[in-house]
Amino acid sequence: MDAVVRELSYAQAIQEAMAIAMDMDERVFLMGEDIGVYGGAFQVTGDLVERYGADRVIDTPISELGGAGVAVGAAVTGMRPIFEFQFSDFATLGMEQIVNQAAKMRFMLGGEVSVPVVMRFPAGSGTGAAAQHSQSLEAWLGHVPGLKVIQPATPHDAKGMLLAAVADPDPVMIFEHKLLYKMKGPVPEGHYTVPIGKADIRRQGCDLTIVATSIMVHKALDAAAALESEGIDIEVIDLRTIRPLDRQTVIDSVKKTSRLLCVYEAVKTLGIGAEVSALVAESEAFDYLDAPIVRLGGAETPIPYNPDLEKATVPQVPDIIAAARDLVKGVR
Amino acid sequence: MPTEVILPKVDMDMATGQISRWFAAEGAHVKKGDVLFEIETDKAAMEIDAPASGTLRNVTGKERVDIPVGAPVAWIYADDEVYGAKQDEAPISPLVGEMSAKPTKGRAVPPTSQREAPSGLPAISPTRGEISQSPTGERATPLARRLAREAGLKIADIQGSGPRGRVVRADVEAAVAAKDSAIPAQPTAEIASPAQAEVTQAPALPKAMSDDQVLKLFEQGSYELVPHDNMRKTIARRLVEAKSTIPHFYLTLDCELDALLALRTQLNAAAPMKKTDKGEAPVYKLSVNDMVIKAMAMALKAVPDANASWTETAMVKHRHADVGVAVSIPGGLITPIIRHADEKTLSTISNEMKDLASRARSRKLKPEEYQGGTTAVSNLGMFGIKDFAAVINPPHATILAVGAGEERAVVKNGEIKIATVMSVTLSTDHRAVDGALGAELLGAFKRMIENPMGMLV
Repeated sequence: MDAVVRELSYAQAIQEAMAIAMDMDERVFLMGEDIGVYGGAFQVTGDLVERYGADRVIDTPISELGGAGVAVGAAVTGMRPIFEFQFSDFATLGMEQIVNQAAKMRFMLGGEVSVPVVMRFPAGSGTGAAAQHSQSLEAWLGHVPGLKVIQPATPHDAKGMLLAAVADPDPVMIFEHKLLYKMKGPVPEGHYTVPIGKADIRRQGCDLTIVATSIMVHKALDAAAALESEGIDIEVIDLRTIRPLDRQTVIDSVKKTSRLLCVYEAVKTLGIGAEVSALVAESEAFDYLDAPIVRLGGAETPIPYNPDLEKATVPQVPDIIAAARDLVKGVR
Repeated sequence: MPTEVILPKVDMDMATGQISRWFAAEGAHVKKGDVLFEIETDKAAMEIDAPASGTLRNVTGKERVDIPVGAPVAWIYADDEVYGAKQDEAPISPLVGEMSAKPTKGRAVPPTSQREAPSGLPAISPTRGEISQSPTGERATPLARRLAREAGLKIADIQGSGPRGRVVRADVEAAVAAKDSAIPAQPTAEIASPAQAEVTQAPALPKAMSDDQVLKLFEQGSYELVPHDNMRKTIARRLVEAKSTIPHFYLTLDCELDALLALRTQLNAAAPMKKTDKGEAPVYKLSVNDMVIKAMAMALKAVPDANASWTETAMVKHRHADVGVAVSIPGGLITPIIRHADEKTLSTISNEMKDLASRARSRKLKPEEYQGGTTAVSNLGMFGIKDFAAVINPPHATILAVGAGEERAVVKNGEIKIATVMSVTLSTDHRAVDGALGAELLGAFKRMIENPMGMLV
């Protein structure tokens, strides 16, 4: 029997996933700043506190380190916490618990302990929230063995990957782009999972592979649609997970198209695009490259408050169109 | 400073070579001029002498591996030099092997004798042509490099259309297409589905089956894989080139041999004797093939328009008849050339041929002994082959395929007679020699064979 599919927003899809997880497993509970009565800074938890009670939808004090520590401790003792950082920028405050505790415990305790915590990070620019509330720090956490780091790009994947994260025995970090929360898309009812560690080919093409993450997947798809009229046929890969990386999907695609463009919102230098470029250069796909690998990433600057500057700081559709066209036409 | 031993360039357009055999091992003491190793080029083996005296060290040139021309393959340490200094630091000085000329500052060096610049050393004058054989000197994408490698093309020979002259896939594909353009498309009857047919109608490259496709047709373990040596690769490449770019046509004639055989017996019986190591031996012993070579050369002299080579801009009309003779050798074949065969006596041709054939078998021919020529003769008569058609060996415009001489019933003036008859087939490059001209040439050959006294004057 096929599940009924409705149009839900990305935020609604996450909320539904959390409700299903709580229905299915009483060890699952939510923590975060203002996620209870207020419904969360981006209204993702919404009215869950009314449906599941303040014991399972817990407002925490304004201390990310404290909240993260409670979540990690609860996970170690057998609970399944989902902890929401109000902004991903505040991951910096919770780093000790995330990097030194959650990521390490399984290894340091000889595999006798696992840390099945899920942490959600509203991320990215575009909301006029300025330098301290607009960053994309997923590569920071992607650098840490022991963590899984995902960036769902659609409502469908946001729900399915969150449910996969809850079921995962290890700490899973979910980076949700704030501009995606209102995006609508088809979401099946009921429980389903989307595997962590598996990229998705959003569009098939033969001239160029664009590897994109999060909101950049949509911008890349817009660019690909625009270039179709010029006879340029672009393949768009939604990486979905940045640790562990789905190397094979990328390699196979580049072997097919011979060109690679990485598009991501985080600061370009030392970012996920560098990793994807390097993995291709190191792989058998090297001998298939017919053009230099190109990265489009965020500017080397804190996100400005000025809306025009903010927009100019991260790759936009015209930037992707220009880079893709140059690559395929052999200008670069 | 230890002396660098490099893989020298011993043949035109040689980019890589294989060391077929080392005559001195690591640590051996060698004298300048000693044979150090043997190089196998496309068709010949050549011995390379030690460029200095001393101890052979750091022998990195492996046998039977393609090595770029100019790459160091070993070092010779003089007696007072201590081995052990790091190789990549020490010898930057461009000491050269015997075979290559030393580059002189400020003077252009002809590309055939120019030594390859070792890495880290600037090329003499970095024009496109001169750095063309450097493995890293040309801009090309990894994909273009791979495709060129697979197609047997050199990046340096391909015009790059990408940024800053970078060679990209499209450039290699265009070069391959240009190379293959003479190959007709596969007949559509062989194509399985209409969808595939459409694909091949596009200007797709006619491609042979891939190695994997071939191997898949056989059970694993039911075969042995023997890697190609350079000769095999060259034969394959040149024959595909010849058969796909030269518009061949074929003319066949029967020649009666009785007069020629009688003359041959008479001449051989009259050969003076000379003393050799193994006792007395005749000064010459003519074979039928020697007489075929002579007859072909004289026919070309009689029909000079057929003594030609095709080039895109002009017809090359040769003044001499240089006849290549296909010699079967272990692992392949080679075509040494009897130069000016029209002017040489039968005994000269015969003795020269014996020498060339024996050196061909030991792969000791020099390139100038098998490169060029204006026609060729291929004789399979000794195997009893009645008639066959040979593939033209460019730059020749013709090749004569010679069958076995055998007794056949021949009708003469309404009567059946027995005659010794040999069928010959002339393969002709239609670009250079048309049908009537080819027929004239073959007619002249037949007259020479059937009236062999003409070869003596």
